[in-house]
Amino acid sequence: MKYISEFRRSELAQGLLSQIQRQSKTPVRFMEFCGGHTVTIFRYGIRQLLPKTIEMVSGPGCPICVTANADLDKAIALAQVPGVIIATFGDMLRVPGSRSSLQETKAVGGDVRTVYSTMDALKVAEDNPDNSVVFLGIGFETTAPTIAASILQAEEKGLKNYYVLSLHKLCPPVIKALLDWSEVKLHGLICPGHVSAIIGSHPWEFIARDYGIPCVISGFEVLDILQSVSMLVNQVENGKSQVEIAYRRGVRPEGNQQALKLMRQVFEPAPAQWRGMGEVQGSGLKLRKKYQRFDAELAFDIKSGPTSEPAGCICGDILRGVKTPADCQLFGKTCTPQYPVGPCMVSSEGSCSAYYFYGVSLGE
Amino acid sequence: MENKILLAHGSGGKLAHELVEKSLVKALANPFLAKLDDSAVIDFSGRLAFTTDSYVVSPIFFPGGDIGKLAVCGTVNDLAMSGARPLYLSLSFIIEEGFSQSELDEVVDSIRKTAGEAGVEIVTGDTKVVHRGSADKLFINTAGVGIIAEGVNISGSNAKAGDKVILSGAIGEHGIAVVSQREGLSFSTNLKSDCAPLGSLVAEMIDACPNIHCLRDPTRGGLATSLNELAKQSMVSIRIEEERIPLREEVLAACEMLGFDPLYVANEGKLVAIVPSKDADRVLKAMRKNRYGKNATIIGEVGAEKPGRVVMKTILGASRIVDMLVGDLLPRIC
Repeated sequence: MKYISEFRRSELAQGLLSQIQRQSKTPVRFMEFCGGHTVTIFRYGIRQLLPKTIEMVSGPGCPICVTANADLDKAIALAQVPGVIIATFGDMLRVPGSRSSLQETKAVGGDVRTVYSTMDALKVAEDNPDNSVVFLGIGFETTAPTIAASILQAEEKGLKNYYVLSLHKLCPPVIKALLDWSEVKLHGLICPGHVSAIIGSHPWEFIARDYGIPCVISGFEVLDILQSVSMLVNQVENGKSQVEIAYRRGVRPEGNQQALKLMRQVFEPAPAQWRGMGEVQGSGLKLRKKYQRFDAELAFDIKSGPTSEPAGCICGDILRGVKTPADCQLFGKTCTPQYPVGPCMVSSEGSCSAYYFYGVSLGE
Repeated sequence: MENKILLAHGSGGKLAHELVEKSLVKALANPFLAKLDDSAVIDFSGRLAFTTDSYVVSPIFFPGGDIGKLAVCGTVNDLAMSGARPLYLSLSFIIEEGFSQSELDEVVDSIRKTAGEAGVEIVTGDTKVVHRGSADKLFINTAGVGIIAEGVNISGSNAKAGDKVILSGAIGEHGIAVVSQREGLSFSTNLKSDCAPLGSLVAEMIDACPNIHCLRDPTRGGLATSLNELAKQSMVSIRIEEERIPLREEVLAACEMLGFDPLYVANEGKLVAIVPSKDADRVLKAMRKNRYGKNATIIGEVGAEKPGRVVMKTILGASRIVDMLVGDLLPRIC
């Protein structure tokens, strides 16, 4: 099995599309939670080809995008502390905070380094014993276990200069919040594939059971998405609501027990701030008491100043699925990938960036 | 101890002469260089193409090539993309103090081999050594000149509605081969850079069809950026088909892992040609006979509507805009 090209086979995709055409009778609105799914949907033009009965809305599943400005300001303030090296995943660099971005801070002398894994960040700490290395813990359940592993390794190695700013977010609690606010009526949810690879399918069951909304866990290729849409339509048309796994090659119902164990050993649930959604109970992760000496928030006196949101930016509404980038006054005018105003235009998985790059309003 | 390049090697004194004569002039032997005059003096007639580029690739050795091969191919290819026959190059080194003599020799040898294959001569050059930290190991600048044959008029502004768009082979190999060696990112791949001099390929294409409208080598910014440049310069639209773009499974896999779109990944041995529809098959046939064009294929065509826009038909049959690259390619995090 080749895993990529085999999941992009044109004739199979066409077959799934006609199957969806045949099945779909009831008008429905499905949300794809994950930014990775949004990108696939736009990259292949899936929205243009689905029957008129199916409306797709994008959800808040982009970890860069949902990071609140106040948290971003903390990261930027830390980057300005003499002797601190910030280690982060690349996308974070360009996201504008209230006054500056990590990229701008770097340009004026802040030591901000892009890493590709937490283990690289540990290496930076080992190589620079006279500096404090702060890893920006941005991400969902997918990245949290690797960050937990880095903390355990730092402890084992006796590293005294490695810290994590834990801005992690958990997916099921925020979906529950979205459903409770019921700003957007949903008839189906495409659940994130990589998050589910860690947490499994069970944590989604409350959505099908308590809210009567069909759920399908999807992979990221075009066939995965079409297969998932087809399974959702099938549930809707047959009056069912359950959690199904379309991404069998990546997800087991029980998830990845080892990763979960690591995550739970180091972190415990905590409230978290989401852009556009405010504080959501139990949707974040903080370091357990035993590992508090790695907590950047406790180790440094972070003075990030007052937080402000960019005027006119509707990233928050877009992340809740209430509005689309097309509704934004700034989109494509003052907010472009070159000069992003909000994070959804910066991140490669942001809705605004996907709309911009893949020309959704093309209508051809 | 291994020989290192010292600041004195760039001072103009004895060590500098030794470096130039032993490491460069001898390796790149030709009558122009051997004279050691201030300029190369060359007889010319005809239309001259003249270009320059600087090479700062990191790491300087990568699978399928090195900074020296790149410095020759890049400039040779820029000349070829104007329809010129590349003839002469200049070669300037900026070397970081402490750089290894043996690595320098290896780069110079690679320059010699590549120039030999490309049929160009290095006729003038310069060497500077800068303090440690003022450069990253080795930077190279090359400039080149070539002659454009009578009747050949190739420019990015010549594309016409109805023309066919030809791509010379699979995309993304150079970018992925280099990235795979980057510190902190090394992953194992059998991929090699496609770095190659395209002068002979272009000459054979021009022999088959002197009326080629546009040529471009999709280097930094990849195929997507080159097509956008051509569409904007010529005030036309370009429509390509995703399914027709040759792509190796390894490139695809690496792109998925890193969050790159192969359309934006750099190539160093590929070209895009825009040719009149009636000549397309003839050009394609000529290309496929050359080792650097054997996977050449028509990937799309030029239209008149919405000038400046590049649109791709996806494998599902939907359309999407293909825009220019913005900023750097960044790896994905989830």
